[in-house]
Amino acid sequence: MNLSLTLKVWRQQGPDDEGCFETYQANDITEHMSFLEMLDVVNEQLLAENKEPIAFDHDCREGICGMCGVVINGKPHGPNGGTTTCQLHMRHFKSGDTITVEPWRARAFPVIKDLVVNRGAFDKIIQAGGFITAPTGGAQDANLTLVSKATADTAMDAAACIGCGACVAACPNGAGQLFTAAKVSHLNLLPQGQPERWARVTSMVDTMETYFGSCTNYGECEAVCPAGISINFIAQMNRDYLRAKFKDKRGQIRQVDVADEG
Amino acid sequence: MVLDSKVPDGPLAEKWDNHRFSTKLVAPQNRRKFSIIVVGTGLAGGAAAATFGEMGYNVKSFCFQDSARRAHSIAAQGGINAAKNYKNDGDSVYRLFYDTIKGGDYRAREANVYRLAEISRNIIDQCVAQGVPFAREYGGLLDNRSFGGAQVSRTFYARGQTGQQLELGAYQALMRQVELGTVQLHTRHEMLDLVVADGRAAGIVVRDLVTGEIESHSAHAVILATGGYNNAFYLSTGAKGCNVTAIWRAHRRGAYFANPCYTQIHPTCIPVSGDYQSKLTLMSESLRNDGRVWAATKQDENRKPGDIPESERDYFLERRYPSFGNLVPRDVASRAAKKVVDDGFGVGDIHNGVYLDFADAIARLGRATIEQRYGNLFDMYAKITGDDPYKSPMRIYPAVHYTMGGLWVDYNLMSNLPGLFVAGEANFSDHGANRLGASALMQGLADGYFVLPATVPGELANQLGSAPVATTDAAFRDAEEAVTERVSRFLGTGGSHSPDFYHRKLGRILWDNCGMARNAGGLKKAIEEIGNLREDFERDLKILGNGDSLNQSLEKAGRVADFFELGQLMCQDALHREESCGGHFREEHQTPDGEALRDDDKFAYVAAWEHAGTGKPATLHKEDLVFEYAHPSQRSYK
Repeated sequence: MNLSLTLKVWRQQGPDDEGCFETYQANDITEHMSFLEMLDVVNEQLLAENKEPIAFDHDCREGICGMCGVVINGKPHGPNGGTTTCQLHMRHFKSGDTITVEPWRARAFPVIKDLVVNRGAFDKIIQAGGFITAPTGGAQDANLTLVSKATADTAMDAAACIGCGACVAACPNGAGQLFTAAKVSHLNLLPQGQPERWARVTSMVDTMETYFGSCTNYGECEAVCPAGISINFIAQMNRDYLRAKFKDKRGQIRQVDVADEG
Repeated sequence: MVLDSKVPDGPLAEKWDNHRFSTKLVAPQNRRKFSIIVVGTGLAGGAAAATFGEMGYNVKSFCFQDSARRAHSIAAQGGINAAKNYKNDGDSVYRLFYDTIKGGDYRAREANVYRLAEISRNIIDQCVAQGVPFAREYGGLLDNRSFGGAQVSRTFYARGQTGQQLELGAYQALMRQVELGTVQLHTRHEMLDLVVADGRAAGIVVRDLVTGEIESHSAHAVILATGGYNNAFYLSTGAKGCNVTAIWRAHRRGAYFANPCYTQIHPTCIPVSGDYQSKLTLMSESLRNDGRVWAATKQDENRKPGDIPESERDYFLERRYPSFGNLVPRDVASRAAKKVVDDGFGVGDIHNGVYLDFADAIARLGRATIEQRYGNLFDMYAKITGDDPYKSPMRIYPAVHYTMGGLWVDYNLMSNLPGLFVAGEANFSDHGANRLGASALMQGLADGYFVLPATVPGELANQLGSAPVATTDAAFRDAEEAVTERVSRFLGTGGSHSPDFYHRKLGRILWDNCGMARNAGGLKKAIEEIGNLREDFERDLKILGNGDSLNQSLEKAGRVADFFELGQLMCQDALHREESCGGHFREEHQTPDGEALRDDDKFAYVAAWEHAGTGKPATLHKEDLVFEYAHPSQRSYK
């Protein structure tokens, strides 16, 4: 059966525009359409009415690139949880529903246009230490590094983050902990990540704090995460961060000792 | 023009080593004097930009997405091949080479493929060092799985998200270089032209997708790693943004386009459900390790799969290909599925698919094992279709997935335009007429991490002491003007249809006439229909908004316009190739039992096309393929 829906969509010309909701009717929506395919249909309709189509980010449309994401009825990626907007299908809505569609709302993610935001702050966190320094060419045989299955699986659970930003959009504080913790944990759990473990967590967390709000354990991030990243990783990151800070102190003391001996 | 593949002399196994030794180097202290442009941040582009940065070159990297991490390599599911022989099952560099040449139906260059097989081992080492969380055995060693077209287990994987993990590895290495200042990264920038000065690639013209600004960038070398053109078909497994524009604009500037008709149809995708459909979702080929493919034995089967008794199921791959069974190469599996659906044995509400059934595997291995191997794929299937694949079989049908064709390159991955290098899916080099599963990731990373860093310096060394062409040069001014004029033409057409409207129509023409099966009549008709559609597009396109801000319709218009020209070239290439090979199946050329029939006497060559103007037939140049080691025979997977 086809659905008739009322959409209230956030329209904003650019970063400096105030923005407002516009109301559109979406008729003849089939239940097999994805949410983004529904927006495609609405955009064709808007074009026919000489209204500029709604700008929204999307790319792979199979839930892995992390490019798409809008707030649907107040919830990032919509009512289901555990999914991206592109993998949300219209069978989860009923005819006559009014659906509110907004961009991610977070200070760290300024709106570029309509539903499109700038998530560059995530890249800055990775730049600060979200890597293992392993320049091309010097690697030993892959099987010389043994990684227990349990460690590899947990690292993979963390590495599954798609970097969409729903965690930030869901957080009342606009915190970036879940994203940062996923990457810190992925790399800090693995044997290859140990040499940079303490510097990595310090640098990434400090960079995160210059862009994002603080974590006060609401747990909203985990509830909306399409990749199922657990907030346990935040605890893991916090533990590593604290230990790193103590190590910093000890390091300073050692340096002083060495100077004294000089 | 004579195409010189520059394949080094000497025995196959020594070519790459010898070539690396004889290629000129750039000394560490001189590297900072050179600038390199890399377009695209997928496996090939991301890996190349990071590696050149590490080596000390000045790198400018570009992508149209909002972050370098999102390139479509990220969506590859199943795995990456490497000739490690960790399973002790008879694998070797030579076997991977041989499987790849045979899988490509003897239409790839031997020397390139051998190099790829050699490098495959270094890639796994490199990725593990970066922290890619590949699947492990309990003892901590790396695990492997099997893939189509091979009888050994040589595929490394990270759940069903191998592409994602390899892409993030390259992205993280790239971001490290961004932080160190060796790479300048430009996201949300789209390359709209290649600048050629005095016959050399001198730089690119890009549009800042947020501000609309047209910018020029110059460098000593330009690397295009911009992926494939499967989106020409509109419906494909490609991301919505995948496009041909970067390599097509280079083609229009003189770079030859090789084997454009070699497209790969992936056998296991979720079937189309309606007209609004915007993309097709692939279900990894790795599923064929444990899933059994079947269709009905009677036409118009309307019973639910569970109600169809064993005796009324046709496990057609196991029946037709007993030794490879469900793991035959992609082209073979796709055509077999098309045949049963065309003959009326399809399943599902509209009989447009076949089943991929895990019941036996779940009974044998338990649900937990299947969940561990394919959990995310099963979840994805359930989300899209609303059906639970643990309980009833998946419905699948082939869809356009990968394009083996691309810009022609020599052994150094340099195009016929000096200074222009092409890597990954954007070039034509390693897969011949059909790509084996888990080989795209291997090629992307081989090109980016290992091949280009060894070959590009040979080209740069000759330019020591000379600055790149200034962006104030007339060649840059002309290219910028052409881009600006094109943007205003799209905005000013003032017609009535969106770019998507035309793109869907183009996709339909290509799928019907230049898809899984092709014939001369259909291809000729398609060339004409695409020409008419393009004229209509030029008259009746409608784009609202302006060129000075984010305008996604405008971006699409440019890409669709290039797909029209490419579509015609794909048909021209398919029409001229009077044989069937790999993914290119001409109905006129098949064996009595319906397999592809090659013509090695006439067509053992690479078709490299030179642009001759919009709507005009391109000019053919040939590179003969010589097989000294893997001697062509009819592929048999029976």
